[in-house]
Amino acid sequence: MAKVKFDILESTCVPLPFENVDTDQIIPARFLSATSRQGFGDNLFRDWSYTKAGEKNSEFILNDPNYGGQVLVAGKNFGSGSSREHAVWAIFDYGFRAVVSSFFADIFTNNALNNGLLPIVVSEDLLKKLLNLVKKDPGSKVKIDLMNQTFTILPTGDSVKFGINPYKKECLLKGLDDIDFLLSMKSLITSYEKTKSL
Amino acid sequence: MKPKTLFDKIWDSHVVRSIEDGPDVLYIDRHYIHEVTSPQAFNGLNERGIPVFRPGKTIATADHNIPTRDQHLTIRDQLSRNQVERLTENCQKYGIELFGLNHPKNGIVHVIGPELGYTLPGMTIVCGDSHTSTHGAFGTIAFGIGTSEVEMVLATQCILQPKPKKMRITLDGVLQNGVTSKDIIMYIISEISASGATGYFVEYAGSAIRRLSMEARMTICNMSIEMGARGGLIAPDETTFAYLKNLSSIPGIKDLKSSINEWSNLKSDEGSVFDRDLKFDAGSIKPMITYGTNPGMGMAIDDSIPLTDKSGDEAFSSFIKSLDYMGFKPGMKLLGHPVDYVFIGSCTNGRIEDFRAFAQIIKGRKKAANITALIVPGSKKVEQQMLAEGLMELYKDAGFEVRQPGCSSCLAMNEDKIPLGKYAVSTSNRNFEGRQGPGSRTLLASPLTAAAAAITGMISDPRELLTEVKK
Repeated sequence: MAKVKFDILESTCVPLPFENVDTDQIIPARFLSATSRQGFGDNLFRDWSYTKAGEKNSEFILNDPNYGGQVLVAGKNFGSGSSREHAVWAIFDYGFRAVVSSFFADIFTNNALNNGLLPIVVSEDLLKKLLNLVKKDPGSKVKIDLMNQTFTILPTGDSVKFGINPYKKECLLKGLDDIDFLLSMKSLITSYEKTKSL
Repeated sequence: MKPKTLFDKIWDSHVVRSIEDGPDVLYIDRHYIHEVTSPQAFNGLNERGIPVFRPGKTIATADHNIPTRDQHLTIRDQLSRNQVERLTENCQKYGIELFGLNHPKNGIVHVIGPELGYTLPGMTIVCGDSHTSTHGAFGTIAFGIGTSEVEMVLATQCILQPKPKKMRITLDGVLQNGVTSKDIIMYIISEISASGATGYFVEYAGSAIRRLSMEARMTICNMSIEMGARGGLIAPDETTFAYLKNLSSIPGIKDLKSSINEWSNLKSDEGSVFDRDLKFDAGSIKPMITYGTNPGMGMAIDDSIPLTDKSGDEAFSSFIKSLDYMGFKPGMKLLGHPVDYVFIGSCTNGRIEDFRAFAQIIKGRKKAANITALIVPGSKKVEQQMLAEGLMELYKDAGFEVRQPGCSSCLAMNEDKIPLGKYAVSTSNRNFEGRQGPGSRTLLASPLTAAAAAITGMISDPRELLTEVKK
């Protein structure tokens, strides 16, 4: 697992205005054969990023020099499908530190939080507003404040609270990792096993 | 006492500790691993210098990236070979039982788990694969996890997990001829969408579910994830117990009779409350097929593609983008549309009953000339059963080559890719863009519908071919 800290992030955004972006789009299965966690960013959204002839697709948003930043903004049900954590590794490795959507798939949420990538759920209306704004003005910045759980669209001043499990928030703020936590509970786990005669 | 759902009974009895305002520390009874999502977890253990806490509770197989031809030879793809070799090394190093490539019990993780007796009622089961929900058919809490979580289970046999909400889906009524459990689950997903059960764990109930075989139940639970559910489960009953009694051995169970007595209590109490309760009529379900690029985009095979997305959100061009990818138009009928490939296999439909169903239609007929078929048993055991039942001969006579077991074209990590722009009627679980190879166009369907396409060379209603057989 990765130990990554997150507190405040101010950044421009990359808009991806599609729903149901599944983990096969984020990182196609044919790129899952590595045995380390590094290098997946090169193949992020591979089949959208390259044309069928194998050239960079200049129409795809990641290849548009006008857009950039550490925040990815996507349509609802982002990260659906396969449980591959490689999807999160690819997004993180590419340089994103947060993903904003109106809805995330469950396994993706867990995987993101376990790697210091912050999934931020906003309302459908705010998501549309943000997508439109960023599309028009790629320089628009957002501010994410994890301690106060606020998400702010800086040019408009729209600011909302976002939800996060308090335990996970603490882990991210301090750069702690679940395995250390679980390892510290070994005796409790062993006594649980005894009560169940496992 | 307050009535409890089956899900709550199993979950609550596996909580080692509840963290205030946090996830539960959940004990895991059975952990399945495979070559693709485990190497980084073992690296983590190695870096920390810690052992696998309970190696006896983890079972390993190689399935995702292995070839389905010439398995006795060295794997040609160097990266795939490396992953399979790493799995073998890690299992040896940490004392984990491995049913690897060429092992007589090798197969897809969600096929071999149940058939080898490792999946048992009341268990908590995880695997670094979203289709772990399959095992819910035995009345287990089974769900897919990421690699960081695989590492947690290897290190401590526990996982940190927030408790999901509960949904019950009740299915009463009698299925029409030619309609299978695959059609049931595809119908449910098309009704509630690919994200309709996100945040929930589903219990399937009702008379139509009770009448299903264990393999049919596995197909339903398998695709729970395709509507976003964390998992799906079915209370164990006589069908479950008969399946278990029929296994040649069940590791770790000394007295099956007394275990069955205990497992008989695994059901939702009368009056237990679900966060969401849905009901469907099995009798109104027809053979299903997908037309888009997520499993929620499905319809009855004789229907037309909807004119607009049901969710009606015009802000996102996802619906049209999806149809463009498939080469389809709104309002179009799919019956009679040419098909290039047919795939039968995967953890969804790679069991013996699926190959029997496929055989029902191809028997005495010939594969259409325009069809390339990928026939891939889910395990060595399934392969053996096919041989014993004469299905290998039957398939051969009809012009089909039967491959060796593996995940194959379901996710196309190996050579079994559907080429750019080609249409595949597939018994697998996902029709995502490029899922079966870059530019591939997947139409999800049941083994019967896949067989109908394989014989006619186009999208066809399997009920018509079944009737012809009867004449």
